[in-house]
Amino acid sequence: MSENVWTSKSLSDRLRGAVASFGLPRLIIAGFLLLLFIMAPFVGVNFFTQITNTLNRFSWNAVMVLAMVPMVHSGCGLNFGLPLGIVSGLLGATMSIEFGFTGAMSFVMAIVLATPFAVVLGLGYGWLLNRIKGGEMMIATYVGFSAVAFMCILWLLLPFKSPNMVWGLAGKGLRTTISLEGYYDKVLANFLQVRIGDLVIPGGTILFFALLAFAMWAFLHTKTGTAMTAVGSNPTFARASGINIDKIRILSVVMSTWLAAVGILVYQQGFGFVQLYMAPFYMALPAVSAILIGGATVNKASITNVVIGTFLFQGIVTMTPTVMNSMIHMDMSEVIRIIVSNGMILYALTRKSEAIR
Amino acid sequence: MTENAPLLEMKGIRKDFFGNQVLTDIHLSLKEGEVLGLVGENGAGKSTLMKILFGMNVIAETGGYDGDILLNGEKVRFGSPFDALAAGIGMVHQEFSLIPGFTATENILLNREPRHKAGVVSQIFGERLETLDRKKMQDQAASAIQRMGIRIDPDMVISDMPIGHKQFTEIARELSKDQLRLLILDEPTAVLTEKEAEALLASIRGMAASGIAVIFITHRLQEILDVCDRVLVMRDGYAVQDVPAARTSIPEITKWMVGRSVDTSASARADEQLETGRVIMSISRLWVDMAGETVRDVSLDVYEGEILGIGGLAGQGKLGIPNGVMGLYEAGGSVTFDEKPIPLNQPRSCLDASIAFVSEDRRGVGLLLDESLEWNIAFPPMQIQNKFLKSYLGGLIKWRDEAAIREVTSRYVDSLQIRCTGTRQKAKELSGGNQQKVCLAKAFALEPRFLFVSEPTRGIDVGAKELVLNALKRFNREHGVTVVMISSELEELRQICDRIAIVSGGRIAGILPATRSSEEFGMLMVSQVK
Repeated sequence: MSENVWTSKSLSDRLRGAVASFGLPRLIIAGFLLLLFIMAPFVGVNFFTQITNTLNRFSWNAVMVLAMVPMVHSGCGLNFGLPLGIVSGLLGATMSIEFGFTGAMSFVMAIVLATPFAVVLGLGYGWLLNRIKGGEMMIATYVGFSAVAFMCILWLLLPFKSPNMVWGLAGKGLRTTISLEGYYDKVLANFLQVRIGDLVIPGGTILFFALLAFAMWAFLHTKTGTAMTAVGSNPTFARASGINIDKIRILSVVMSTWLAAVGILVYQQGFGFVQLYMAPFYMALPAVSAILIGGATVNKASITNVVIGTFLFQGIVTMTPTVMNSMIHMDMSEVIRIIVSNGMILYALTRKSEAIR
Repeated sequence: MTENAPLLEMKGIRKDFFGNQVLTDIHLSLKEGEVLGLVGENGAGKSTLMKILFGMNVIAETGGYDGDILLNGEKVRFGSPFDALAAGIGMVHQEFSLIPGFTATENILLNREPRHKAGVVSQIFGERLETLDRKKMQDQAASAIQRMGIRIDPDMVISDMPIGHKQFTEIARELSKDQLRLLILDEPTAVLTEKEAEALLASIRGMAASGIAVIFITHRLQEILDVCDRVLVMRDGYAVQDVPAARTSIPEITKWMVGRSVDTSASARADEQLETGRVIMSISRLWVDMAGETVRDVSLDVYEGEILGIGGLAGQGKLGIPNGVMGLYEAGGSVTFDEKPIPLNQPRSCLDASIAFVSEDRRGVGLLLDESLEWNIAFPPMQIQNKFLKSYLGGLIKWRDEAAIREVTSRYVDSLQIRCTGTRQKAKELSGGNQQKVCLAKAFALEPRFLFVSEPTRGIDVGAKELVLNALKRFNREHGVTVVMISSELEELRQICDRIAIVSGGRIAGILPATRSSEEFGMLMVSQVK
């Protein structure tokens, strides 16, 4: 009899261990998403269209989630200052259009033009974060917010002339939304697109993300990447091993900012529009909560976390409006999105102390 | 209450953590005013036994324990440390639980402060708003300190205290409780200097004389013989011996603890020949700003191929020397290594000059706790010497060579007998002794010409201690590496060093061959204490 007690005890312990390692919130969200997928056909929603939508949104957002990885590794925490990178991307996008590039070339040029802004802003942002070690995430939030507010002024004042972008009547100042038709609308999504009946896979966008994700994975396996992880894991250890902590942290912030810039360009090519002014304001939160749902913590994150997290988060965001609306005829999607993203961030931040201990 | 019953009896205590048996049939009894020494290697079950006695939550959370605890013949089962405290059991833990910004008095009487007779405010809003009777607090704290028999300043803020005084503050706090009948001291002397430890032992005798029973856990066996009435030796969860202290000896206890005999013979090389060796490192007029271990003015020559010990009382600056030279704390003065000057305040410059450092702060500086052993051991050589890397594209990409990393890690796991489930195990999951071995392996993997080792045996058990010291000695002899070892335990320095420098008041008080008597070193230790 005691034998039985032993095995049942260890089994429940093992189960508990499995749940703990996978993460309860992640389990709940994955279960919820699965439930939505199962319910979809019953409420008259096309299953494959839903998968297509989920994949699309995944491909738009994944790069911005990937941007979280370097700063988490270097111990700077989650990059709540993502809007800083996003405005660099927006500058690249608008300048590329202004200079008259079209088609795929405009996308390449947008990345090229955004890069110097991302690097310079990233350097400054990294320098700032090095002076407030320990309070990175709070300061980052305000850096992001003020960058957006500052750019609101600049979007009006910068001497853009392209008729596709400026206000029609005044002839100056950028519009809030700029269509990318004729520029890089769906350049990645239509490249290598796979169609199986109703299922459409944006091959190019996913491939583009895969390339960046591979580059990130590879970077983390290099000497400098290893140093970055060590700086995040124990800065004193890294310093005693002769690492220049500040330099590594700045590098991680620059990488994160650049990836955010590229990320917003990828998002725009899928979405089809450039959104200016207040649009980047809340862009950081979905990315932060996506990587947390993926199983990352404040000081550990992997590429797998990015992929799983983005898929789960975007899956919920796309599935809830269609499925829930057909069921209860009420728009719940926004409410659920906000609960999930903010709840996840809250959960992860309460676990921060645990990780440090 | 039964007459003549022992104060404390523990009968047939058993405990397992998820099927892993850590305590098996432990019997223990303790009379009033008796001092019981509890010894055993790390992981032998001492701490678990005391946690059970003290009703710590972790025990109940992991499924409770079997067996009975009797206090004055009455069966008790503590649900929380508060119950244990109320029953008159006090415990001083290895980790300090003091409020850094409060004075000793405030810490000693925290939440038990004498209060003034109710004033207007407290009559309206309840007792939480009564004002403290500072005068009475002073008196009570002073009397607790008096009972302890060691002088500490009751008005000093904890954060300003040397580590030994923090320990004494904890003990005074337990003594200030009137109901105290049994005091558990968990390795109280580990952080104390020899002189402080002696004072503590005297105070334990004093407590015993006033009728308080004491359970004393320590790795320093001489202390057990000095102060205890009985010794309980534990090994792998069993109580292997329970004997009167007067009828045993250190070698015997050691044998019971490790289940094998440990060789503790000293073997210093003849020191005369080393005096004529080449000077490999020359430190002159070094000052280091390290809190609690300030170095004021140290000049020191280290000869090639020797093992130099640096000893001294805690807080006198011996730890500041390696930390300052290695650039971890702000320092000034000049250091030359191999006839080339080493710029201070740059950890990298020392490492590039082939000087390695094993820090006394294992968990803070020494290890990447959340990473694998592979990372811990291979990281510094990878970053400093580009080892364990594969180069692609003409050196543009330096890729981690996992196979080489695993190879070197398993080599050190074998040679230093690091007990782990594999080279991928996380450093934080190892015991203290094994973590220390990982720190050594990390330094050895750099293949340095010069090695600073700071407190390599602090808080680790006898078996691991021998291994660590032997590994250092072997490293010195086989690879010709110059070793400077800093330790508070003089005996351990005398065991492996060729010369020993004693630091006192932030200065070198003197350097003697290791073969000199303990008294001579003792004189140097106290010569310039401020």
